[in-house]
Amino acid sequence: MQGPLVKFLTRHPSTLLFLIILASFTVLVTLGSEAFGTGFVSTSLVKTLGKTLCLCLVALAMDLIWGYCGILSLGHIAFFGLGGYMIGMWLMYERTRLIVMQAAENTQLPMTPQEIQDAVGSQIFGVVGGSEFPAIWMFSHLLSVQLLMVVMVPGVLALIFGWLAFRSRVTGVYLSILTQAMTLALALYLFQNDSGLRGNNGLSGLQNLPGRDDTPQSVISMWFFWGSAFALGLGYLCAKLIVESKMGNVMRGIRDDEARVRFLGYNVEAYKLFIFTLTAIIAAVAGALYYPQAGIINPAEIAPIASIYLAVWVAIGGRGRLYGAVIGAAVVSLLSSWFTGGQAPDIPLGFATLKWVDWWLVLLGLSFVFVTLYAHKGIGGLLEKLQTGTSK
Amino acid sequence: MSGALLEVNSISVSFDGFKAINNLSFNIDSGELRAIIGPNGAGKTTFMDIVTGKTRPDEGDVIWGEDNVSLVRKSESDIANLGIGRKFQKPTVFEDQSVTENLMMALRNKRNPLAVLFYKSTRKDRNAVLSIAFDIGLESNVDQRAGDLSHGRKQWLEIGMLLAQEPQLLLVDEPAAGMTVDERNQTIALLKHAAKTRAVVVVEHDMEFIRNLDCKVTVLHEGSVLAEGTLDHVTKNQTVIDVYLGR
Amino acid sequence: MLRIILLSISFICAAQLVAAQSSFQDLVQSHASNIIKGSVKTAPPIITDIQNHGGDAAQAFLLAWQSKKLWYRRADKRLIFVEKINNESFVLLDLQTNAPIDHSTKAQIKQIKPNSGLRGLLGTALVSSQLISDNLDVRVASLKSLARDPKRTHLVPLRLAMSKETDTDMLAQMTRLERLLTMQYDTDVEARVSAITSFENDLGLDVRARLNPMLDTSLILSQSSPREGTFARMLVPGATVGLSVGQAYDMIVAKGWAPADISTAEKRTALIDNIQDGFVAGVGIETLNTDADREAAYTALAATGAVPSDVSQDDIQDVLTRVYFYETYDEPSNEVVAAAAETLGKINTKVSLSQTIDLFLDGLSLASIFFLAAIGLAITFGVMGVINMAHGEFIMMGAYTGYVVQQIIDNYTLSILIAIPAAFAVTFAAGVAMERLVVRHLYHRPLETLLATFGVSIALQQIAKNVFGTQARPLTSPDWLGGAWMINDVISISWIRVAIFVLSILFFVMLWFTLNKTRFGMETRAVTQNPRMAASMGINPDKINMLTFGLGSGIAGIAGVAIGLFAKVTSELGSDYIVQSFMTVVVGGVGNIWGTLAGAAMIGFLQKGIEWFNPSNTLAAQTFMIVFIIIFIQFRPRGIIALRGRAAGD
Repeated sequence: MQGPLVKFLTRHPSTLLFLIILASFTVLVTLGSEAFGTGFVSTSLVKTLGKTLCLCLVALAMDLIWGYCGILSLGHIAFFGLGGYMIGMWLMYERTRLIVMQAAENTQLPMTPQEIQDAVGSQIFGVVGGSEFPAIWMFSHLLSVQLLMVVMVPGVLALIFGWLAFRSRVTGVYLSILTQAMTLALALYLFQNDSGLRGNNGLSGLQNLPGRDDTPQSVISMWFFWGSAFALGLGYLCAKLIVESKMGNVMRGIRDDEARVRFLGYNVEAYKLFIFTLTAIIAAVAGALYYPQAGIINPAEIAPIASIYLAVWVAIGGRGRLYGAVIGAAVVSLLSSWFTGGQAPDIPLGFATLKWVDWWLVLLGLSFVFVTLYAHKGIGGLLEKLQTGTSK
Repeated sequence: MSGALLEVNSISVSFDGFKAINNLSFNIDSGELRAIIGPNGAGKTTFMDIVTGKTRPDEGDVIWGEDNVSLVRKSESDIANLGIGRKFQKPTVFEDQSVTENLMMALRNKRNPLAVLFYKSTRKDRNAVLSIAFDIGLESNVDQRAGDLSHGRKQWLEIGMLLAQEPQLLLVDEPAAGMTVDERNQTIALLKHAAKTRAVVVVEHDMEFIRNLDCKVTVLHEGSVLAEGTLDHVTKNQTVIDVYLGR
Repeated sequence: MLRIILLSISFICAAQLVAAQSSFQDLVQSHASNIIKGSVKTAPPIITDIQNHGGDAAQAFLLAWQSKKLWYRRADKRLIFVEKINNESFVLLDLQTNAPIDHSTKAQIKQIKPNSGLRGLLGTALVSSQLISDNLDVRVASLKSLARDPKRTHLVPLRLAMSKETDTDMLAQMTRLERLLTMQYDTDVEARVSAITSFENDLGLDVRARLNPMLDTSLILSQSSPREGTFARMLVPGATVGLSVGQAYDMIVAKGWAPADISTAEKRTALIDNIQDGFVAGVGIETLNTDADREAAYTALAATGAVPSDVSQDDIQDVLTRVYFYETYDEPSNEVVAAAAETLGKINTKVSLSQTIDLFLDGLSLASIFFLAAIGLAITFGVMGVINMAHGEFIMMGAYTGYVVQQIIDNYTLSILIAIPAAFAVTFAAGVAMERLVVRHLYHRPLETLLATFGVSIALQQIAKNVFGTQARPLTSPDWLGGAWMINDVISISWIRVAIFVLSILFFVMLWFTLNKTRFGMETRAVTQNPRMAASMGINPDKINMLTFGLGSGIAGIAGVAIGLFAKVTSELGSDYIVQSFMTVVVGGVGNIWGTLAGAAMIGFLQKGIEWFNPSNTLAAQTFMIVFIIIFIQFRPRGIIALRGRAAGD
């Protein structure tokens, strides 16, 4: 297995470069972290960077489905969120159970399983006026099953939705609107108190690893950072392998001329479904890594607007190039948190002060229009131009 | 009519009341070269759409091959895999990909996503691609981006892709449109060469091109067969003359 | 000494007044001691006397008595009205003339405070005299107050008043109230039954509120099977809904017919109470971590006699077989129960029919809202094929335009009339600007149009937030649009919704006419279908595209004013409607406004229909709605009204 991989990397030096940059970045952050290094990089910054890596991963998925396959899916943020919910269920259940068990040590009688379950239930569902565990929490005590569900639930949803949509040959903007409708439906469903996932409260306290109360957040944040970096590296490699294979040719063929691919004898619907589901799973994995770092997940996270932001990142980064998606997600999301975090200096205009917190979204929206109109290859395209410019 | 490769049985289709194909029947034998002519709106393209599964006929049946498979309910990709290749009016190649990649994609191989994902090009496949490239005169352009080819070469590349599919029947829609005389002659040679090993149906406007193909001609008009025979035979037919010259 | 003088003066005054006083004062004065005592027993004849005397004075007297405004002078028990000057000083007023007759201190007079029973009697008496007042306004007012809280005692005066009533409208209202009271309070069963059946066409809430309690039942348990009262039904614990075995047994326990069952929680407490050195009845407490183990420990504990022994399931079943549970109607008369049940059934049938109609109207109104929100899209997306994600923000701009106009012009009617063209102008301009600057460059690249217009949408939304703030701004509708159109007691629809419905119809007709019957419409369709051909025929496609896009956006602005009238105007107003709007156009079928109409109708009715199953949860209704649409598109990918054939654009 080593041989072909090395051969692949030598044939695609950009991938090797990406992996090297990612690895050195990881090492750099580790050396600067509070837990394992100089403390130059604060724990909250580590979390922000770790989350950014996850966003890069989901942007990668978006690029595969949109940039390479031509399907502008506005549903991948839903899969991202679902992944977060699935892991969140275990984190929240297990942690609450441990807290309950700890409290139980002071009671006169040891608790029965039913009593523990009830106590955990009322802890978790008290905010929505319940204490019963809904059926979907059936396996929340088993990490292995929940991890499987991180992949399975969004995967099966994508499979069903994709099968329905592609089968009836819904394409182009219609498909985009349909996927957006799916995202909206899921968000609305989760907003209900009786959705079984705590309505608009969402799941919280996810930054704490059950049974690891002694481990400081600075260490846990590094674990997740490493995990995210590893996932991104692996995801990038897999994505590169796919787009460089014959599969990649067929995908680009579908993007450029769907009918031709069909008349060549390829079952276009099956390919679309395959890519749609695969990218949904990648998005879900990214979500499962993202939300433990964010600490909280609620239905507002999968509002339809979020899925368009995802498209914005990929478009600004430059679709149809994997590194473009990564650059776009990293640059735009970091800039976003910088501007909306109130850290950017306000600009006095004499008659009024331009507050970035207020005007950043306006700038983002307009720059997005600009990118679509005049630079639809995005930052990635710009880099390529520079490269060919210097090599000449 | 055993022996027939493709059997079109009284098919009809209408769009919003307009009968594009009206009770059309005819046969193509295996290894046959056939030209279909007809004025605009005669239903030539719709006929191809029906055979290749893009359009479903309202009535009638299309029977294929030795096993007498009905094509009417099949999807485009299934029909393609049964051995029918189609060339569009406009040259449609994947402009963003190289000539090799275009041909590689068309090459007769397993078409399911997993097989494609883990596909590794074999020496045999690479040789097959090279020999097709040679046949279509693009042997020196194999690494070129298809979008950068000239119009005529794109047409050939598309025909090459069809050949790579190894179909038993080739449906070719107006291959000569926009070609220089030279390119035209080469195209004719290419089609004749292809027809040696399979059936080829050419839809064309250009009478000179048809004459050079030197094959049986079917004249379509208002969705049904008006006349059939050699080019000389059909051009002497009074109704054909009426249709072409107007009433 | 002073006191004696004062007393004598007052006597003299009294004497003088007695000479001048009317017979009414005599009349009440003759009952003075009983009036002051104020007993329910002695009051009725006095009230009758006073009523028989009649006149305004009698009316005023009873009212004052009831409302604790009647006083008497301690010295001579003379009944009077008073006017307070300050806490110590009062002016005494004559009962009949209301004229001042004397001054006095607080100590010299005393307020008469009748108890609530007496006040009720007085109220009835007042009602009966008000009901037969010569003044129609008084009668109307008294009937209105009576209807608010009708009582058994009102029946007789009401019937009396009916016999004297001359106004037909009043008589009808009185009759209805009389029927209501008869139904409930009459002593004659047949009269009640006929009153009940007379209501079978009446959908009033008050009727149902009075009929329903007639079918109220009480749960009775007995150890023998005799059935007392108006028998309703037998209940089987565990099988009948609403009566579990546990509840049934608890009731038996409450009667004292069986020993109490001991709950899990009680057992737990008992175990804890009996812990000795980490052991309960010889069992180590650390092992008591399942219900079964605790059960066993409790049994062991019970065997020592420390706690009462547990009741087994068999015991409970055994007890239950010996007790009968049944319900009886609180109403003693079987005939009344039967009539009430039947009439209520008929009313309920009519109510559900009305509710269906009401639901239909709700659906219609929701459909018109969707239609209004989507109709602009039907032009830009449906006819031109340009997807405009900022459409929702145009709706929002229209709503804010309405808000701004209302800040300038106070008159609501005028401001709405100005806001509509103003909103059209603003969003038309915005639409044209966007078409020129963005959309024009992206024709035939629909996915990129989607993204670019979405960028515009993000920017516009945030600008609105920066300018108008995050809190909702009101857009007030004029008074003549306030309130609702009540068709009957169940069916009602607010005038705003009626107006929106009318507006949608108006828009539909106007648009249909514009697109199909005018030169502009023809040119639009020509440009849409074949721009090059259209251009060669002298049509300027640029201009047509610009105007069409402007028209679609302008209509979104007007829709914004209409939507702002019933929804709160926020920067997110548009995004709340955008997905539904697209759904409406897609489901209906792209390319013609009939499709949009059909799509809006389907989505509106369906959403209301789903909401009807689970009224408390509109979120779930929206979720199911979208899921339904996704499935619907499977079967009709081109929408309800589809353009077929090659023109439909593959």
